Amino acid sequence: MTLGLLPHLRRAHDHIDRHYREPLDLERLSRVAGVSKFHFVRTFEAAYGETPIRYLTRRRIERAQDLLRHANLTVTEICMLVGFASLGAFSRRFTLLVGESPTAYRDRWAARGGPHVPGCWLFMRGAVQQSGVPRSSVQQFERSPGPVADGSVRP
Amino acid sequence: MITNISLVTVYCLDQDETQDFYVDLLGFERAVDITVGDGFRWVTLKHPNQPELEVTLMTPGPPLDEEAATFVRRQLDKGGLGGLGLAVDDCKKTYEELSAKGVVFIQEPSERPYGVEAVLRDNSGNWLVLVEKRPFTAADFT
Repeated sequence: MTLGLLPHLRRAHDHIDRHYREPLDLERLSRVAGVSKFHFVRTFEAAYGETPIRYLTRRRIERAQDLLRHANLTVTEICMLVGFASLGAFSRRFTLLVGESPTAYRDRWAARGGPHVPGCWLFMRGAVQQSGVPRSSVQQFERSPGPVADGSVRP
Repeated sequence: MITNISLVTVYCLDQDETQDFYVDLLGFERAVDITVGDGFRWVTLKHPNQPELEVTLMTPGPPLDEEAATFVRRQLDKGGLGGLGLAVDDCKKTYEELSAKGVVFIQEPSERPYGVEAVLRDNSGNWLVLVEKRPFTAADFT
């Protein structure tokens, strides 16, 4: 992989970390990276060891685990907060990756009696607006390596 | 007798841009900026609350050999290199303030056994951890 490509892929990787609540697809992510969709998937996987969509799913599930442990929110609210459109898909993915259902996971942690973050704080802070539209974020300090022409990169 | 830690290294891609980021956005101060005989530029920063600890901003080059420099550069580019761990008095407030200045966070303030933690990207690709610490024991992690 050429050296100049990595900052492009990092932009997409960071975009997943920051915007996992939004409906992201390969179209959008490859545009963020400035790399053609075909090269994007292959080079992202080569750099980070998993495909962009797989990383997005893991990121969402990891965020959900965090909220289930600490936030006073329902499983459905958490499912929506981390970017899943359907509770069924969320529960299946969660169970597959974590090894137990979201409810079982939450109950196991609740039994430990740890402190919970009030759900209202998460809403208040703008994690999700009442309309359900995630707030936009400031990006002026993201490095902008400029676009890579399609097909110009051979990993 | 060793008295304290006096210097840590943060790798960067451009010493000027990185210096500006740490000073203008994160609140560090310029400490040393000299160029020695062979063109090697030594840049350090310090935090006003901890002036005895300097942070040197090094670009991936000598004294690293070619292989090591390439590795560091690749890790910066792909975002895998950790920079500093920084203590904050109020993680959520700091997150809001730095976000408003344009700092990119890859993790919003989150509850951890050791405190509230957020993760930001510097403008070279390092990730920096901000932690509002609280006391913890090993049992908190089991």
